[in-house]
Amino acid sequence: MAAKAPDNQLPTHPPYKLLGQNYITPDLIAKVTGKAKYAEDYRADGMLFTKLLLSPVPHGHVRHIDAREALAMPGVKAILTVDDMPKPADAMTDLGQRIPANPLGERGLTNDPVYQGEPILAVCAVDELTAAEAIEKITLDIERLPHVVDPLVSLRPGGPNARVEGNVWMRPDPNTPPPQPPPHVGEVKWTKEDFAEYNEGKLPMGKATEPEWSFGDWESGLKNAHLVLDETFVTPNTSHQTLETRTAMAYWQNGKVYVHCSTQSTAQTAPALARWLGLVDANGRPDISKVVVISEYTGGGFGSKITSAISAIIPCILSRKTGQPVMMRISREEEHYIGRARPSLHGRLKVGFSKEGKITAIDMFVICDNGPYDPQGDANQSGRMVSLMYQPPAMRWRGLSVLTNTPPRVSQSQPGGYQGIALMEPILAKASRKLAIDQVALHRMNAPEGKAPIGPPVGKDKKRLYVTSAYIKEALDRGAEQFQWEKRKVLPKRSGSKARGIGVATSCFVGGSIGFDGLFVIKPDGKVYIQSGIGNLGTASVSDTHRVTAELLGVPWEKCELTWGSTARNLPWSCPSGGSQTTHAHTRAAYAVTMDGIDKLRQIAAKDHGGKPEDYVVANERVSRKGGGAGMTLAQAAKRAIELGGIYDGHELPKGINPMTVASAKALAGQGLLAVARDTMPRDGQTHSYVAGFAEVEVDLETGKYRILDYLAVADVGTIIHPHALGGQILGRSMLGIGHAIGQKWVYDQHYGLPLAKRFHHNKPPTILDAPENMQWAALDIPDPETPIGARGIGEPPVGAGCMAILNALSDALGDEIFRRAPVTSDIILASLEAGKAAGEHLTAHI
Amino acid sequence: MAIIRDIMPAFELFQPANTDDALALVAKHGKDAWVMAGGLDTFDWLKDRIKRPKVVVDLSQVKELAGIRPWNGGLEIGAMTTLTDVVRHPVVREKFSILATGAEAAASPQIRNQGTLGGNVSQDARCWYYRGGWNCYRAGGNTCYADTPTAINREHAILNADRCVAVNPSDSAPALIALDAQMVIRSSKGERVLNAEDYFVGPDIDIMHMNVLRPGDLLTAIRIPAAWAGTHFYFEKVRDRNVWDFPLVNVASAAVFSGDRIERIRIAVNGVAARPLRLKQVEDAVTGKPRNEATAQLGGHLAIQGAEPLRYNGYKVPLLRNLVKRAIRGVEEPKWVS
Repeated sequence: MAAKAPDNQLPTHPPYKLLGQNYITPDLIAKVTGKAKYAEDYRADGMLFTKLLLSPVPHGHVRHIDAREALAMPGVKAILTVDDMPKPADAMTDLGQRIPANPLGERGLTNDPVYQGEPILAVCAVDELTAAEAIEKITLDIERLPHVVDPLVSLRPGGPNARVEGNVWMRPDPNTPPPQPPPHVGEVKWTKEDFAEYNEGKLPMGKATEPEWSFGDWESGLKNAHLVLDETFVTPNTSHQTLETRTAMAYWQNGKVYVHCSTQSTAQTAPALARWLGLVDANGRPDISKVVVISEYTGGGFGSKITSAISAIIPCILSRKTGQPVMMRISREEEHYIGRARPSLHGRLKVGFSKEGKITAIDMFVICDNGPYDPQGDANQSGRMVSLMYQPPAMRWRGLSVLTNTPPRVSQSQPGGYQGIALMEPILAKASRKLAIDQVALHRMNAPEGKAPIGPPVGKDKKRLYVTSAYIKEALDRGAEQFQWEKRKVLPKRSGSKARGIGVATSCFVGGSIGFDGLFVIKPDGKVYIQSGIGNLGTASVSDTHRVTAELLGVPWEKCELTWGSTARNLPWSCPSGGSQTTHAHTRAAYAVTMDGIDKLRQIAAKDHGGKPEDYVVANERVSRKGGGAGMTLAQAAKRAIELGGIYDGHELPKGINPMTVASAKALAGQGLLAVARDTMPRDGQTHSYVAGFAEVEVDLETGKYRILDYLAVADVGTIIHPHALGGQILGRSMLGIGHAIGQKWVYDQHYGLPLAKRFHHNKPPTILDAPENMQWAALDIPDPETPIGARGIGEPPVGAGCMAILNALSDALGDEIFRRAPVTSDIILASLEAGKAAGEHLTAHI
Repeated sequence: MAIIRDIMPAFELFQPANTDDALALVAKHGKDAWVMAGGLDTFDWLKDRIKRPKVVVDLSQVKELAGIRPWNGGLEIGAMTTLTDVVRHPVVREKFSILATGAEAAASPQIRNQGTLGGNVSQDARCWYYRGGWNCYRAGGNTCYADTPTAINREHAILNADRCVAVNPSDSAPALIALDAQMVIRSSKGERVLNAEDYFVGPDIDIMHMNVLRPGDLLTAIRIPAAWAGTHFYFEKVRDRNVWDFPLVNVASAAVFSGDRIERIRIAVNGVAARPLRLKQVEDAVTGKPRNEATAQLGGHLAIQGAEPLRYNGYKVPLLRNLVKRAIRGVEEPKWVS
């Protein structure tokens, strides 16, 4: 327990009055009545529209653009090319550390397209139709360059490179003392011998370029194992496919750009846009005084809009160029190209098991289909999550991230973690059958517990890090009972033309960060005005986390006014809402700022009514003397705070809070009792959340089609803050994972390097009728011991559990010789049943 | 010319209020006219700026083309009747339920509310190369991009391919063929009536069209004869997603049994060739035989004769075989004791 409430006056564990209860979120009515305004819904006087010209080739160089005819059209206002775009710039952290720019990074537009569909230029006109017609009048002279969309094709001897610089990201050893050199692109080709087992569907394992890591004696672990499984598995590339595309509208006033955009994180998007736009201060830091981000509602992100998107700078720069507001509506076709995707991993794992089912060692090798831009962390993260979820006593991890001429990748819910779980779970399912050990029992005996170790040894003393807590064994026990696992296990598996199977999978991921700010004002009307820089990305964390303040102050939620959605509205520095860190980060920040508010209330009460601050308690909208006696309402205290000024009304601010918070607090000073604080509470361990998934499927043996009869996810996510939102997250992200199991994918013609599955009915995100026929969730509600409220994020681990419980149920129904990759569709099942072995091409990308 | 997608170009729009006006318009504008029913196929083409008609004749206001009427003991269904209205019609459900099942298998509820029966049977191929704007045979070029060594052709044809390997995607078409439906076509020159299976054409006959409609023609109605009313029906569509997906393969059959003997049967399949196929040779072979596994195997075996799978669609051979077997002998339902 890191933070302790003063005098134990505050609850640090349930029962709470508000936390753990459902409530009407402040954005709900606008959303269900259609009144919520998304970026595309805004209009400004004189607004122009822009459309993009996308690269027709997967890799090339634009030698010449002839736009004369387009620019001569009535209504066409401007054209934007990469020459108008800022160059990739170094970034500066709050601590003054310089993060060198990636010279191969995206700039929004390019003359050197590295995937088909990459924006080359933008045309701005009085309406979209004119802009589109102008684009058709532009002639591009493009030199075609060699392309590759399959990482293994690029690694073959003489294989093509996705960029002229090479085909593989080279990263420095993380143990290199700073300043570390930035990653660079180099060339790696494997030998013909490396590919010897390719046709058998076994992943070639040539030279790896990511810094290798290991712990324990993995070689002996494998050598002495009772059973060693050597399995190859391939996970799909999946677009984020947010319902709201990354539309943006921008205009400038007094040297400040106002950007209506779609983002997961409001506060954090301001510096990101400033950096992309080249708006930096004298110290090289992003100048957030020049950017206003407006995003009250966001139609989904899943990791693809953590700080909006670099494409959002296109209307910004066009608006500066034309002097008029510019709207860039991104179509579904464009979103397919620039909307980001999860990278596929090709993985091969050797896993040793004891006779009793304990994992003795893991030797893991992965190839990440990196796309053409920034190096992705999925490869390494897959190993970290395998090391946590299955607790091998010894492990080696190797990998490489290969560039391909396919749309840019970025984190997607459980990035890397999903792939690690997907590579490992079929091995557990197979081991369960080989060793005749129940699936649940096998998962349980290899599951983490308490402050379980994670990842490779790090730092000077080469120690492994550990997590704050893990109660996945309890989740497995609860799930097995609720799912009636033992009862289902003994039911017949075949009848008529159908086969049934049950599967379990465990999954984990990062579930929280620390160190962010909270800010609120208690005004003389007795209400609490809470400022939130959290993005409203649909998870409800933008309001859920602030209920901590209402809870601890003893104020009804109805008397809290939440401000969010525009950095012009004096928001504090908040975390990026990615990696499911928000619930953890901002229940902590809310706790910290509420402590500041309570301290100030008690000081004011002591000043007016005598005694010491600690003689007072805050509850029921009052600050009262313990045991009765004098006190004051929050409204009275707010009035007194204004009279007292200084620290009480925000005219004097604490050190250590972020400059954005400082600016916001200054603007709010003098309006009441101002509470502001940064979460500086300690934490022992890395915060992670867990899910155990249970599934039952029924397969039609004559068609290969399967139904998901039942699915249950049990989450170990700490304290439950808001059951409706939690359930929505658990089931929603389970569906994201189930989409990976049943059909979602990319399809490319490798010869042309062009995508074929660009529309929903081709790349097949799951529909509501693909959801399990019965779908339930549960959460343990065991507080995390390393954070005051005990709450963690849950947006990640349901993905892997959802996908792999389904696939483990399929192999339970059909055996091990059916599939070697995800998604598993009816054609694969039927062809394998016909062939009596896993049919299809196991390693070809994008089929 | 640079390419841009997902924004509809300008065109001249006509919305005639009766069939005669519609016929006059399509006659007048000939090849320049694009006939639009529910718009589900049309808007894809137009938004992608691949088909660029000068004139769009929108039939949505021609009320006489919608609706379901009694006809010679069967039904006449206006071509503009929505799939939802077909699915919900009591006589369709009672006597020709296979059509309700087939129509309901199409697309999604929203699309069925807007999409029409005439549009569903007349829609264009969904091959992702062709629809992606690749200049293939079907688009007037001289290559089939879906039939190359690197082509991804999981959803393509295994039968009757001739240069083009696209398939017909309609779910209602095989049901109509199984019901021995007739297609009523009008032009300014008059009316002609075709058997449903003759409405569709393969690439060997016309590589750029899926059916017999030509400029100036309108499909006005579909007639369902009484002959197969209330007989034993089987329809199954295998698709990746449970809604809003085209068939990998679908099958429809109408049969009359005498005891366990197959007295008469019609079977049609789609998703395996550029046109929905009536399996006449299967029908002939199983007629008069007992309705059992052996007969089903015979039918399934015959159905896949001549199948030539491509690199990624070999599964369609057993899938077609098994679906035809089911159309003959039904499905062995599981007896779970849960």
